[in-house]
Order: sequence, then structure tokens, then C-alpha cells
Amino acid sequence: MLHEPPIDYAALVRDDRVHTSLYRDPAIFEAEMDRIFNNVWVWVAHASELPEAGSFKTTFVGRQPVIVTRTSDGAVHVLLNRCRHRGASVCETKSGTSPVFVCPYHAWSYNNDGNLRAVPRAGGYAPDFDKAEFSLIGLRVEQYGGLIFATFNAEIEPLADYLGAARRWIDLFMKQGAGYGVKVAGEHTFRFRGNWKIQLENTTDAYHFPVVHKSFLTSLDDEAEEQFDVLNQGGFVEDLGNGHSVMVMMPNLVDLEQQLDAPIPERFRALAGELAEHHPPDQVRRIVRAVGGTGFNLNLFPNLACSMAFFRVLRPLSVDETEIRHVALGMAGGPEAGNRARLRIHEYFQGPMGFGSPDDAEAWERVQRGSAAGDDLWIMLNRGPNLAADGRRVGDVSAETGMRAAYQMWKRVMATS
Amino acid sequence: METGHGNVVTAIDLQTAVEFIWREADLLDAREYARWLRLWTAEGHYIVPIERDAADYAAVLNLIYDDAAMRDARVKRLTSRQSMAVTSAARTVRTLSRFIVAGASLDDIDVRCAQHLVEQRRDQMRLVAADITYRLVRRNGELTLDRKIIHLIDSDEALHGISYLL
Repeated sequence: MLHEPPIDYAALVRDDRVHTSLYRDPAIFEAEMDRIFNNVWVWVAHASELPEAGSFKTTFVGRQPVIVTRTSDGAVHVLLNRCRHRGASVCETKSGTSPVFVCPYHAWSYNNDGNLRAVPRAGGYAPDFDKAEFSLIGLRVEQYGGLIFATFNAEIEPLADYLGAARRWIDLFMKQGAGYGVKVAGEHTFRFRGNWKIQLENTTDAYHFPVVHKSFLTSLDDEAEEQFDVLNQGGFVEDLGNGHSVMVMMPNLVDLEQQLDAPIPERFRALAGELAEHHPPDQVRRIVRAVGGTGFNLNLFPNLACSMAFFRVLRPLSVDETEIRHVALGMAGGPEAGNRARLRIHEYFQGPMGFGSPDDAEAWERVQRGSAAGDDLWIMLNRGPNLAADGRRVGDVSAETGMRAAYQMWKRVMATS
Repeated sequence: METGHGNVVTAIDLQTAVEFIWREADLLDAREYARWLRLWTAEGHYIVPIERDAADYAAVLNLIYDDAAMRDARVKRLTSRQSMAVTSAARTVRTLSRFIVAGASLDDIDVRCAQHLVEQRRDQMRLVAADITYRLVRRNGELTLDRKIIHLIDSDEALHGISYLL
């Protein structure tokens, strides 16, 4: 049997470029699933998706199907969605409430903490059959700011340390709950024929915005078009460590609890009028300022971005196909008018029929198609020198600093695993 | 039925509604979007839901929830040549059938039907199937489109970019 020589992952990522094989080589993809998605902290859910004891949702960690559950003690569990008997999935429902999961094949039943509670006709097993040995496999689970992550790696650092400097930006992002808290309010899901890292890069790429999203920009009123002129507002990109980065496009929308006396934009005046019927003026200003989301994208390696007003979640399917979810957010128990406005804003840009996402998806597919050309070419990430003098890595808003951060993490995880 | 003018007005029959729906389908396959806009009432809604049985589509996330202003903006985008998704959009051929009258009064009719749309883009041909409900209303003697709800068969599954009108 022939063996390929081992791949030198470190040689494929330089400080200012990555090798095209990172988009195209199925062997690299397989290694990524193992070394990244079966290893580091992967986002699986927001706390609002599990509102009560018994709540669950099904999702994936990398390519592995999992069930995310909340037990009666409030704890969150992430369980491999695979019966320990003969391997059938025990839940094919996207979300719901159930304290028990019963395998449809032979009716082995599991509590929502994963413990095997009953096996039909148990007398047919040997006397030393021990149900405790056949729980659903549980992953390690930790949360920060309502974001729930899971990992297969018992040795990895605590989530708080993994997120590090990104935690401050998660706190800022969640201020768009306007005091009510953030809740998931539906999602758009679509697939594109391209490698997952092309999408990972895009959430920290302001450079493409005026080019790819010209039709979106010209559909806006003048005031909003100026707000979305993202390259000319003094924004920046900062490497936050561990592959995470933040791209600030609208510096005046970093902290939604500041500048509450700023004038209400024209496009939100009708909403402000509607809210004023039931809320005092200061609360109206707080809600209206939060309703359009923040002015930044926080990229969390490897699969989540807290992007302005929504979560972007990516799921690698194969080396050249990726699934994207754009998760809409609302104010938990907040005013109906404000939440409706948030839904309409989400529909406007996001999803397979929005004014923005289809153009992004086309650009990503073009990268995958174009990268078939050439034998030994590189993807350039050399835009934007480091502007910080204090040891941080900060570039102007159009710099590729965030992509370099992600690929340095990729290199660290891939080369040392 | 008698009107104040002494003219006899009949309810909208299914054949008339179907002919309207087929003309609309022909406009959409031909990307005659400006003419399509003129089929609508000012207060009508064009909706592509994610959820099949939502009580109020305005209160939930949809793929499209367009009033007149959003329809105008959408058509502007789809005809602007400023969008790379639009300039490489799929060609479409759609067929509508299985028409059922879901409700009717003198000047409006609700029709349910099936749509099979085949799209071709680059090296890929896809079938996009949907149940569609139409509300057609008669205004000043003309049939107009007041509501169109397109329930994609896979609306709550992973979709792909769609840069044409359903």
C-alpha cells in the first residue's frame, strides 16, 4: 500500500499568505475535521434556544451530529446523536422539548443528560450488562455570555481563556438586547460550493463590501448608505488571539449604551413613534439604537461570528461545500415593534434571497472555482500593515489582519496536533 | 348579480384566475420584472416563508416579506447589473398546476397551486418545488395581485442563493 508523505502544515501558512491547497485538498480537509473541529471549542447554541428544562436542539460539531439539551438542573449537555447499541440517531427533530430520547430501532431510551435509562427485554443480555457503560457520549460544555460551546478535548483550556480578549466584544455585542437580553429569532440556512475558510475570511473582510454589495448600498436611503460606507469611518481590525478577531466598521456603534442622545436615523423614526406609545423617551432611544445591531463583526475561531445584528455559523460539509446559517436575533420579551423591525432588517440583507448574502455566496464560489487554476499559487493576505505600537496587532478596517489571525491559529492547531 | 350601474358582475372564475397566474409566470421566467410590479395592489405582500403554518408572517423570520417599497427595491436590485449574483442568475422555466379555489367572494379569489420551477446555472440544473397561494382582487374591473405566498418544499432546509423572483 502506498502512503502519501505527511503534509507539512506549517509550510502552507506564511505570515502574509496561505497555500491554495487549503481550499482544495481533501486530505487537508479530513485533517481539519480531526484537528480543529474535533479538538477546539466549537459553538453549538445560544442559551435562548434552550429556554426550559427538557429543551433540546440538534446540530453538528464539525461533521458529527449532536443533541444539545437542558436538564432540569439547568445544565446544558452536548451528546453525540448516536445510539450506543447499533448506531442509529436517537433524535431527528430540529428543536423541541423532551426529557427522554428513544432510539427508534430497538427502543433503548436515554435521559436528556445522556444516561441510558431503559433497554427493552433486558433479560436477553448477560448478567454483567451495565447500563452505565452505554450512555450517550457527552462532550465538554462551557458557556460565555449566553454562547454555548462544546469540545471533544478534555485537555483544552477553559472556554473563558480560549475566548480571551474576545470576551469584551461578546459583552458589547449582547448590548443589542437593549436591556431585555438577546434571543434567537429564526435563521436563514444556505449552502455554497466552496471551502469553509473562504467564508471564515469573509466576516473579517470589509474590503469587499463596497464592491460586492453595491446593489445593497444603492438600495438604501442616503443616511443609511453613508452609515454602510464602511471603509471611510475610521474603523479597524484587531487580532484578539487564538484565531479570533474583531472588525469595527462603524466606530460609533461599538457600545450601544453610549451616545443615546444621538439623533434617531430617518429610517427608524416610524419605529420610534410606535415605541413611544408604550415606552418612555430614554427607553425608546435605547431600543432604537440597538435595533440595527452593533457596528462590528467579531470572528470566533472556528465556526461563529457575532456579526452586527446576527450570528453567522458555518458548518464544513466537504472540502468544497459549506453550510451557512445566519441566525436572527431579537430582544427577549422586548417590544413587538422592535423585534419585527429586527426581522425585516435581517431579511433585507441575509439569507438566500436577501440583498447581500447571494452576492457574498457568488464571490465565495468564484474563489473556489478560480482556485482550481495554477499549480502552486498562494492566497494573498498581505493587506494592511500593523498600526499598533504596543504589541497588539491592529490594521485599518480594510486590512487582512483578521484573516492572518485565523490562519496563524489554523497553523498552530494543525501543525502541533 | 346587479351593480349600481345595472351591469351584471360575476364572481372571478377559476379559469380567469389561472390565466392571470400563467401570465405572471411567463413574465417572471422572462425576467420582465418592471411589468410584474404593475400586477400588484399597493398594499399587497409578496412572501416566501420559512415556517409553513405561521399565524402571522410579519411576526416571524421569512426568506422574503415584501411590501410595495421592498418589491420596488428588490426589482431595482435584480435589474441594476450591480450585483454579481444577479448577473450570473439562473435561467428558469416554471410550470403551475393543481389549481384549487381556496376561497372567493365577489371581487377576490384565493387560489392554491403547485409550482415546479427548473433552474439552470453554470453546470447545475435544479428543481425548486413550491406550493403557492395567490389572492387576486378585482380593482376597477382589472384583476390584480394582492398576496402571493410561496411555500418552498424545503423552506426550512439549507437552500442556495436565488437571484430571480419565485
